[in-house]
Amino acid sequence: MKKLINAPDAVVREALEGMEMAYGDRLRVSYDPAYIVRRDAPVAGKVGIVSGGGSGHEPMHGGFVGPGMLDAACPGEVFTSPTPDQMSEATKAVNGGAGVLHIVKNYTGDVMNFDMAADLGRGEGIEVQAVVTNDDVAVQDSLYTAGRRGVGITVIAEKICGAAAEERRSLDEVADLCRRVNGAGRSMGMALTPCITPSSGQPSFELGDDEMEIGIGIHGEPGRYREPLAPAAQVVERLASAIVEDLPYSSGDRVLAFVNGMGGTPLIELFIVYRELYKYLQERGITIERRLIGNYITSLEMAGCSITLLKLDDEMIRLWDAPVNTPALRWGT
Amino acid sequence: MTQDSGTVDGAAIQTWMRRFAEAVDEHRAELVALDTAIGDGDHGTNMDRGMRKAITQMDALADGGIAATLKAVGMALISSVGGAAGPLYGTVFLQMANSAGDAGELDTAGWADAVAAALSGVQARGKAEPGDKTMVDALAPAAEALRAAQAEGLGIVEATQRAADAAQAGMEATIPMEARRGRASYLGPRSVGHQDPGATSTHLLLRSAAEAFAGS
Repeated sequence: MKKLINAPDAVVREALEGMEMAYGDRLRVSYDPAYIVRRDAPVAGKVGIVSGGGSGHEPMHGGFVGPGMLDAACPGEVFTSPTPDQMSEATKAVNGGAGVLHIVKNYTGDVMNFDMAADLGRGEGIEVQAVVTNDDVAVQDSLYTAGRRGVGITVIAEKICGAAAEERRSLDEVADLCRRVNGAGRSMGMALTPCITPSSGQPSFELGDDEMEIGIGIHGEPGRYREPLAPAAQVVERLASAIVEDLPYSSGDRVLAFVNGMGGTPLIELFIVYRELYKYLQERGITIERRLIGNYITSLEMAGCSITLLKLDDEMIRLWDAPVNTPALRWGT
Repeated sequence: MTQDSGTVDGAAIQTWMRRFAEAVDEHRAELVALDTAIGDGDHGTNMDRGMRKAITQMDALADGGIAATLKAVGMALISSVGGAAGPLYGTVFLQMANSAGDAGELDTAGWADAVAAALSGVQARGKAEPGDKTMVDALAPAAEALRAAQAEGLGIVEATQRAADAAQAGMEATIPMEARRGRASYLGPRSVGHQDPGATSTHLLLRSAAEAFAGS
């Protein structure tokens, strides 16, 4: 294992300290329990939005804390859900009297811990709603699985719901919007390499030089299919067709196209992926109205990408364009 | 210890918790390897961190009774483990504490009640059924074995030995299963052929109880 760290068990804490040193003008960091919160929290009369999950996906979620997006983020250990005490303390810290929305990615541990935290928050008299994102088409959605994973749409939902909360929309409205965004979004990812968690020091799976994993998760878990490495055009067609056929997206639709890097893939390759996606969608009469390209929901140093499409309406476009000022996403301010 | 009386007290429960913490530490790499195969590779690390904190909290207790000990361990796991294992193992110990109530000692019947309460708590939180390739596949046979031992009138040492053997058989039976809960379920058929890490740590839980209660 070659990593720029001091000690494996200090990784999360030291990264949080670095974030606080870098962005202390905008963010406050609590270390025990661990959460990152907007410096001006709680904002009176505004719905507070809290998300969280395992570390190792940076900038998600801590990099999305700030005006126009999240009020707080709870980082767990690397690839491990945070704990209920973190989430309930963050919930209290951002409660401005209008209730708190938890945006939870659909993973067994995240859902269980946020469930317990919501109970704790309600016990303190705070109105809490939770929306679980589950946009990954690589996973069968049935009663007999843990259900689809929450991936790329989570970032987009946090941005759009953050803008709605800034407009002082009610908790019910922000939660409904979050469900609507999740329902109109689909994603799929792939990997060229595994990743190495600092605590294990070992690759999360073995992959030959001439192989790729299609339908990858974001925690180093192997994908659904192992296939021979193919050119970017074929990889994009594989991912995009699974996404487009699932919702389905059809001719005349307007979409937000999100090409996400897994952490170890350079931007030059992500633009090639975007090029292929653009052509793929154009041939099908689907218009890219907005786009996001870069490393936003990563899996440590894994090489690979994911594609997320969101079917847009006018309200979503307006809220996407609204000002946001966070370490990782910033425009209009 | 308690070979003759057929019951366990708070001190025996504390011995069990120390033995479980040692077992998790000894098997940490194995749990990580199993979880790397079909999950995200953090089970051994997380449980080890959690049990270290649990023992610290347990040692700080003024009341070394059964329920107080189990509750301290459960709360420590919930607030330090994360993932699915934190809430699930936290629930195991909190439900056992509730079941034990203010009893100063548990006989085979009381111990069987506690393990049954842990099983129903885990199933309520994790929504897993036997056969889903989860910790339930080790815990459910252990609970059944204790009930059978209770019906046969066995003392707690022999009953717990049988529960540990049943948990081991249940753990091994997860190898050919296709996962239907937790992160392993994302793999679908690719989860077949691997032993479930949660069932493995649950076997360690029961095995360490058998060792602790036998005074070994």
